[in-house]
Amino acid sequence: MIAYVVRRLFSTVVVMAVVAFVVFSLLYLTPGDPAAVIAGDIATSEDIQRIHQRLGLDDPFLVQFGRWAGALAHGDLGTSIFTNLPVAQLIGQRVEPTLSLTLCTLVVAIAVAVPLGVVAAAKAGTWFDRAVMAFSVLGFSVPVFVLAYILIFTFAVALDWLPVQGYRSIHEGFWPWLRHLILPSIALGTVYVALIARMTRASMLDVLAQDYVRTAQAKGLAPDQVLLGHALKNAAVPIMTIIGIGVALLISGAIVTETVFALPGIGRLTVDAILRRDYPIIQGVTLIFSAIYVLVNLAVDLSYAFFDPRIRY
Amino acid sequence: MAIVGGVILVVMIVVAVCAPWLGTIDPEAVSPITRLKAPSSAHWFGTDMLGRDVYSRVVYGARISLIVGLAVALISTVLGIVIGLLTGYIRWLDPIVMRVMDGLMSIPSVLLAIALMALTKASVGNVIAAITLAEVPRVVRLVRSLVLTLREQTYVEAAIAAGTSLPRVLMRHILPNIVAPLLVQGTYVCGSAMITEAILSFIGAGTPPNIPSWGNIMAEGRSLIQIAGYLILFPGLCLSLTVLAVNLLGDGMRDALDPRLARRM
Repeated sequence: MIAYVVRRLFSTVVVMAVVAFVVFSLLYLTPGDPAAVIAGDIATSEDIQRIHQRLGLDDPFLVQFGRWAGALAHGDLGTSIFTNLPVAQLIGQRVEPTLSLTLCTLVVAIAVAVPLGVVAAAKAGTWFDRAVMAFSVLGFSVPVFVLAYILIFTFAVALDWLPVQGYRSIHEGFWPWLRHLILPSIALGTVYVALIARMTRASMLDVLAQDYVRTAQAKGLAPDQVLLGHALKNAAVPIMTIIGIGVALLISGAIVTETVFALPGIGRLTVDAILRRDYPIIQGVTLIFSAIYVLVNLAVDLSYAFFDPRIRY
Repeated sequence: MAIVGGVILVVMIVVAVCAPWLGTIDPEAVSPITRLKAPSSAHWFGTDMLGRDVYSRVVYGARISLIVGLAVALISTVLGIVIGLLTGYIRWLDPIVMRVMDGLMSIPSVLLAIALMALTKASVGNVIAAITLAEVPRVVRLVRSLVLTLREQTYVEAAIAAGTSLPRVLMRHILPNIVAPLLVQGTYVCGSAMITEAILSFIGAGTPPNIPSWGNIMAEGRSLIQIAGYLILFPGLCLSLTVLAVNLLGDGMRDALDPRLARRM
C-alpha cells in the first residue's frame, strides 16, 4: 500500500510538471506576439515593449521557463499586469465564494445523485428509472448558464423566493450565506448529478446481476441490506471514478456560474482577467484549478482500497 | 429517440444553411429606434440593445454553433486517430505522448480554451483550434486503448506474419475496427464543443462580439435579464435543443453498436 501511494504521488508530481510546462508554453505556442495581443489594439510600441519586459519574453525559452518554475516552487504565481498585485494574493482573496459554491454543490450533488442511481437500478424499467434517465440526458444537454437563467427567471424574478444575484460571506450568518448559494448550486450541480446518477445506475445494474447478490437475497436479507450493504459497496469504484472526473465539470461550471450570479470568486476573477487580457492571472488560475483536479483524482484513486479490499497495490 | 435527435439536428442544419431565406434581415443591422423591443409580429424574438433583430441573429447563430461543433469533432477525431495509432504502435513514443496527454487532460477543458483564447485574437478559427486542443487527448486515449487490444488479435498477427507492411496493417486491419466507437465519441465531442463555444462567447473569450453566435447573444442579455429575458431565452433554448439532439444521436449510435451496453445505460 505504502509503495503504491509513493508511486502514485510520484506520477502526480510528473503530471503536475507537465501541466506547468503546458500552461507556460501556451505563451509561445500561440501564433504572433502574445505581448501585442495582451496590450490590445490601441497599444503603442512602448506598451508592447513594457509587457515584453514584464513577462520576460526577450530571454531564451528555457531560461524563462526555469525562472518561472523556480518562482512557482516558492509559491510565486507571478504579478497581475493590470493591478500590479501578486496573483497568489488576488486568488487568495477570492477563495471563499468559490470554495463555498463548489463544496456545497459537490456534497448536495453526491447526496442526491447516488440515491437516484441506486433506486433507478433497483427499479430498472419502471417509470422512475425512465424519469431518472431522461433527467440525465437533459442534464447533459442544457448548458449551466442557460439553466442558471431559467432558475433566476422562475425562483428569483417571478416567484421572488430567492435573491437574483450576489454573495454573502458565511461570517454574516449561515442563512443569508445559504440563501445566496441555493440557485447557483442547483445550476452548477445538475450536470454533475446527471453524470453521477447515470454511472451509479449502470454500475449498480452490473453488480445486481452477480451471483452473490442472488445468494444474499436467497438467504433472506432485507432488500435494503442487499442493495446498500452488498451491491452499493461493490459498485462504488466506478462511481468514485466518475465523481473525481466530474470535478472538471464543477471547475469549468463554477467560472460560468459565478459570472451569472455575480459571485466574487475565482471564476469572476478569471472572467475579469480575460476582459483585461491579464494573462498572469489566467495562468495562475489554470495552474491552481488543475492542481486541485489532479489531487482530487489522486484521493479518488487511493479511496479504491477502502471500497474494494481486494485492491492491494 | 435517436431518430428524434437526428431529425432535430437535420432541421437545425437546414435552418443554418437556409438562414437568408427564413424571413431574416441582416443580423448585424443596427436600428437604435427599435431597440429592446419585446417579441412581436415584426420582431419574432424581439430586438437587442442596438436594435438588431434577435430572430435573425439566432437563426444565423446556428451556423456558428454547428460549424464549431462539427469542425472540432472532425479535426480532433482525425488528430486523435493519427496520434493514437502512432503511440499505440511505436513503443518508445508511447510513454512520452501519454504523459503529455495526461497533463493536457488534467487542465479542465474550458480553462485550457480560455488560456489559449486570452493569447490570440478572437475569431471562429481560433475558437475551433482552442477547443480542439482541449478535446484531442480524450480521443487519443480512446484510440490508443483500442489499438492496444486490437494489435494482440490473431488476425493482426496473421497479417504481420504474412508480411503486410505496417501502414497497410494500420489502414486495413486496425482503422476499420475503431471507426464505430470513434463515431460515438465524435458525437459527444461535437455536443461538448458546442457548449464550450457558447461558454467562451458568453464570458467574452469566444467569437468576436459582432458575429451572431448563441453565446454572444446571451452575453449581451447578461446585464439585461430583468428587462429583456428573451435575449437569453431563445438562443439558450436553441443551444440546449441542438446539444440534446446531438447527445440523443450519440446514445442511439452507442446502443446500436453495443447492445450489451444499451441494456445498462
